[in-house]
Amino acid sequence: MLKLIKQRWLDQPLDNRFESIRFSMAIVISLIVTLVLVLLVSNEPLFALQQLFLGPLASIRKFGNVIESMIPLTFLGLSVAIMFSARQFNLGSSGALFLGGTVTAVVVLTLPLPGFVLSVVAILLGAFTGGLVTLIPAFIKLRFGASELVSSLMMNFIALNLGFFIILNYYRDPQAGSLASFEFPSSSLLVQLIPGTRIHTGLLLLFIMIVLIYLFIQKTKWGYALRMTGFNKSFATYSGISTGAVILYSQFLGGILAGMAGSVEMLGMYDRFRWQAMPTYAFDGVIVAVLAKNKPQYIPLAAFVLSYIRIGADTMSVNSDVSFQVIAIIQGLIIIMIAANAFLAKYRQRLVVQEAITND
Amino acid sequence: MPDIITMKQMYKVYPNGIVANDYVDFSVKEGEIHALVGENGAGKTTLMKILFGIEQATTGELYHNGQLVSFQNPQEAIKAGIGMVHQHFMQVGSMTVAENVVLGSEPKKYRFLLDRKKAIDDTAEIAEKYKFKIDPAMRLDECSVGTRQKIEILKALFHGAKVIILDEPTAVLTPQETEELFRELKGLKERGHTIIFISHKLNEVKEISDRVTVMRSAKQTGTYDTESISKEEISNLMVGREGLWELTKGKATPNESIITVNNLSVMDEQRRYLLDHISFSMRKGEILGVVGVEGNGQRELVDVLTGLNKASGGSIMFKGEDISKQSIHHIREMGLSHIPEDRMTMGVATEASITDNLLSIYFDKESFNNGVLLDQSSIDAWAKDRVKEYAIKTKSPNAQVRSLSGGNIQKVVVAREFSNNPDVVIADQPTRGIDVGAAQFIHNKLIELRDQGASILLVSADLSEVLDVSDSLFVMYEGKIVAYFDDVTNVSAMELGRFMLGIEAQDEEQIKRGIYA
Repeated sequence: MLKLIKQRWLDQPLDNRFESIRFSMAIVISLIVTLVLVLLVSNEPLFALQQLFLGPLASIRKFGNVIESMIPLTFLGLSVAIMFSARQFNLGSSGALFLGGTVTAVVVLTLPLPGFVLSVVAILLGAFTGGLVTLIPAFIKLRFGASELVSSLMMNFIALNLGFFIILNYYRDPQAGSLASFEFPSSSLLVQLIPGTRIHTGLLLLFIMIVLIYLFIQKTKWGYALRMTGFNKSFATYSGISTGAVILYSQFLGGILAGMAGSVEMLGMYDRFRWQAMPTYAFDGVIVAVLAKNKPQYIPLAAFVLSYIRIGADTMSVNSDVSFQVIAIIQGLIIIMIAANAFLAKYRQRLVVQEAITND
Repeated sequence: MPDIITMKQMYKVYPNGIVANDYVDFSVKEGEIHALVGENGAGKTTLMKILFGIEQATTGELYHNGQLVSFQNPQEAIKAGIGMVHQHFMQVGSMTVAENVVLGSEPKKYRFLLDRKKAIDDTAEIAEKYKFKIDPAMRLDECSVGTRQKIEILKALFHGAKVIILDEPTAVLTPQETEELFRELKGLKERGHTIIFISHKLNEVKEISDRVTVMRSAKQTGTYDTESISKEEISNLMVGREGLWELTKGKATPNESIITVNNLSVMDEQRRYLLDHISFSMRKGEILGVVGVEGNGQRELVDVLTGLNKASGGSIMFKGEDISKQSIHHIREMGLSHIPEDRMTMGVATEASITDNLLSIYFDKESFNNGVLLDQSSIDAWAKDRVKEYAIKTKSPNAQVRSLSGGNIQKVVVAREFSNNPDVVIADQPTRGIDVGAAQFIHNKLIELRDQGASILLVSADLSEVLDVSDSLFVMYEGKIVAYFDDVTNVSAMELGRFMLGIEAQDEEQIKRGIYA
């Protein structure tokens, strides 16, 4: 049995093996750092660690929290992954999420449609709006050569303040204590999926999108053109691939997914528009995409891991004397180690040498 | 004479897994010209990079004057009196010749400022000493390639090099410039310098070197006194098989022209002509060669023919349609294939699989699509056949292209570009930097396509390639066609060299012979 596992492992291409080792090493080192940090700052380190690692499993509600916060993270991860696959560094996902959520709120408060149809229309329009937010930097890049990185970051401010402007001026409920819109019609809200949690039908939509995006990137001619443009744009151009179209549709699709994240979040987790600022997770799509190396099939896993340590950290900071910031440090470490190509590069070189010698 | 350099059991693996040096022994005597020969990819350059401190050996020992040393970087090698002239010069175009020569150990005035006058005097003095004809005050980007190479050698001498490594120095030179270089190298030798001369041109090796070391696929296959070994013997040691030089090529039977280029021009941003109103025809069943010193309009010509760049004037008639302003996609659909000059930056996506690289001009074809999805099984079967037909050495068509050797990468490009039986092939440096086996495979494919009636434009910096493979040829100089020969068998390399340098040009009537109905 062990022998078989070893053989299958060795049959994997060297780069796959190396990536698995590097990923595991990044996690192990981060855990050691966590341990040291917690031992340093806490008077009850064992209890704190237990809260961190087992807290999310303590109750159905807690585990539900993990899944709930994983939903927008996965949408955002897909959004960033599809844009990064085409090597378009558009960071407008957060703006797309915010304006997408806003438009969804506006639609359910405005259009006189029956329940289910209303939520479908609201999500579609929210997603489309998100697409426009990221499409604008793409268009500017194509037309004027401006870096999408800069213009998409600027778009985030526009989207954020445009969203607030709309809600504040046209949909604000003066009866509500803080900034909030009127209540959504209850029939437009997404249905609860698992009792005892707030997990909603957005999860089903998410699964459909994961499959669709995977198929799109890996199995269609448009996905092929997108990947080739991402690998080497000169090569794509020389081959006659329309790289301009790729630049536009990759970023439009990315925005659609981010807009969908906002829409689903709005109708799944809220009963009125209650965002007071850009949601804290809005930029986490990049983290998820980097962890998953832009592969759609790994995005949910990466989002789950991130969501799990967040909820664990939450639990730990509430119940023990270790603060939430410790987790932010650990998160940063994991990402740096995974993103840094030189990490363990010497070890990789040894693997290469070994393989070269055995192949001789 | 004692050995000045000795390398023992050098072993080098690159991070991509390629073994570039497989326990190589190599030694050089003081004051000799030592040729290091082998096909491209045999590991010559890597061995020299280890000597010069650019690369570190995985295992192995390096002795300099009998002392065990190991250079961690080029600075240490330079300090020890070793200099290297790379294939691609490392120079600053906006500075003068003198400033480039002294770069790294500039004469100073007031401690911080460059002493320009002394730089020029120093450069003139060293050029005089070694009898190099250069003007130290000239701006570097106004110098010819030949001059820039001399500057590179002077730079090494200025830094006190006793051993000078030259990496394929003649690849960029015309025959006349090569002669001059050889005279200078012999002068250096008389003054006690040691020269290591990397090459795969055996004529040059025979002419200039005292001893020769041959490498084949990362291994050393022997060191010989140049006088005691014939070109044929060296070539057999290089290739490992005999008779690989033969190219079986019948006489061309050109038919009507398929592409007619008329007054084609390309301007740069300063409105200078890079391609200056040129006209010629490409005929079916013929390989038309294009030669010239690099940077005389060949790239611009290829770019407009293939749609990568748009012409600023003139027309390209292809099957009755002017393609000078058409998209790449459209031109390719019409039956034009393109082997690009630089395969790594344009010809392939190195991180993608072989299959994906083969597919890039076919992926939207109906036969590879099944509704909205790609038909992966028929793509895989097709790719597998291509790998087999073109003898691409790989474990699987799903392997990344970057895991292949240079010759096999070029075969991927060629397999893709030839698999749709193109009517026209633009082959830009199709065999640059690849091994003789792969090069010959590609040459035979080109000839096979020609015999099937395709029209081929062969652009190459390698004169012997053009003379061997093409049927007719023209020479480019400063964006113009300066000579046309309808039969290459009557042309010599020396003759072409004079046209390439702009010393001679045919009259208009002779050049116009290249335009056919």
